[in-house]
Amino acid sequence: MVIFKIEKLNVRFGSVHALRDVSEEILEHEILTVIGPSNSGKSTLLRTLNRMNDLLPNLRITGTVELEGENIRRMDVEALRRRVGTVFALPLPLPLSIFDNVAYGPRMHGLRNKKKMAERVETALRQAYLWDEVKDRLHESAFKLSGGQQQRLCIARTLAVEPEVILFDEPCSGLDPISTAKVEDAMLKLKQRYTLVLVTNNVKQAARVGDRTAFFLNGELIEVDKTEKIFTVPRDNRTDDYIRGRFG
Amino acid sequence: MNPHRTQKIAFSLLFLATFLVVALVGAIVVIIVQKGLPAMTWQFISDVPREGMRAGGIFPAIIGTLLLVGGAIVFALPIGLLAAIYLSEYARDGLLTRIIKLAIVNLAGVPSVVYGLFGLALFVVFFKFGVSIVSGSLTLGIMILPLIITASREALESVPRSFREVSLSLGASKWQTIQHIVLPNAIPGILTGTILGLGRAAGETAPILFTVAAFYLPQLPRSIFDQVMALPYHLYVISTQVPNVDEKIRYGTALVLLALVLFMNLIAIIIRYKFRMKKKW
Repeated sequence: MVIFKIEKLNVRFGSVHALRDVSEEILEHEILTVIGPSNSGKSTLLRTLNRMNDLLPNLRITGTVELEGENIRRMDVEALRRRVGTVFALPLPLPLSIFDNVAYGPRMHGLRNKKKMAERVETALRQAYLWDEVKDRLHESAFKLSGGQQQRLCIARTLAVEPEVILFDEPCSGLDPISTAKVEDAMLKLKQRYTLVLVTNNVKQAARVGDRTAFFLNGELIEVDKTEKIFTVPRDNRTDDYIRGRFG
Repeated sequence: MNPHRTQKIAFSLLFLATFLVVALVGAIVVIIVQKGLPAMTWQFISDVPREGMRAGGIFPAIIGTLLLVGGAIVFALPIGLLAAIYLSEYARDGLLTRIIKLAIVNLAGVPSVVYGLFGLALFVVFFKFGVSIVSGSLTLGIMILPLIITASREALESVPRSFREVSLSLGASKWQTIQHIVLPNAIPGILTGTILGLGRAAGETAPILFTVAAFYLPQLPRSIFDQVMALPYHLYVISTQVPNVDEKIRYGTALVLLALVLFMNLIAIIIRYKFRMKKKW
């Protein structure tokens, strides 16, 4: 099933043409990894999918993005972001306790029942493989966690909103290899319940976790295919050059 | 001249200028405490002025100043805070916003006696509040409004953008983000700015001169439409308008006023310090 249908998407910030004529589909329960050098438009794509770009001035968008058949520009932006969650590049806990970080989303959406909230928080923390490490210190500040734990907390916080799609924007760029492996494990398990889009600068990570991989260059989608194909027999020379590390 | 020597002279000058500041503050405090301390009795704090202000206490003036400062804050804090939220969170950077910001900066630069005259024309005469606590509080409130707006805006804008993005990305609305993320983290800064504004309001004479201050009124006000005595004006009166007032009464009044203002600044410093210890990002 197609979750996101992107057609002829163009995004401009003032005179910068960040995405050019991008058409692509994102399928249910897949991990789509998005690779490409910096300024290739990967993050812009992510931020367009849940309209976080709306916050930036001088934004112009043409083309359409549909979430399960519904144009996202006509959707209520809060409702869209409930269905499409984000995990940012750096671990960004809110200045609240561990529990309150995870509870923040549901609370904003009106969940008041304490018991249900506790369940929701526990489920989210378990899904992010953080529960066992924090279950005895839920009311400590989230800033006391290590970087890797903070990032998994951010994943749990996004999961607690119960989205359909989770966008990961280089979620491991600030993490050591062990923490990275834990986050990758979490992503692989999450794919059974959610649709994941992972933007990464780490080509090997794309190869490890992606079902399909999309390669972007200068705002253009060069090619998208099954991850094995992209990494063994890419159609475009530029893709080949990039994954072999000839530029980037 | 060799560079080493030039540097030494420069350092000495810089140090001297800095030392002068400290010395001045020290001198003011020492002189006022030394001359005012003998007046500090329970009667001085708690009694009304007697014998044409040459004896008795300054209780009505203390209460008057507290009432005025309280009234000013009740008026200025909500308006200032709401305006600051609008300016830092909602207003787009356009000509209108720039004019508003310019107006606020200029409002801060208006001499306090002009505020006094304005308060007289608007509150005392036009709104017919008379010479009263209401008129004085509103005038002081307008005077500290730019201070509160500026401090609040700085506090709001110092909350990292990333926190707002996280909140929005979780599907919270902009107003929820302001309520639950931005404001709680900006409150210490807002409080600090507000208290400094209060200190300023407590010490000003000119804005209350035409709007509320009573020359000699040895009783407490019964309603907010009464006049009151106030510390800065009382100090002016017993120093220049009434002959033969004992020096220790004058310095005692100055000491109380100074203590009040310093106490408010101290609270502001403590809040800021505590927050810095707790600050988690």
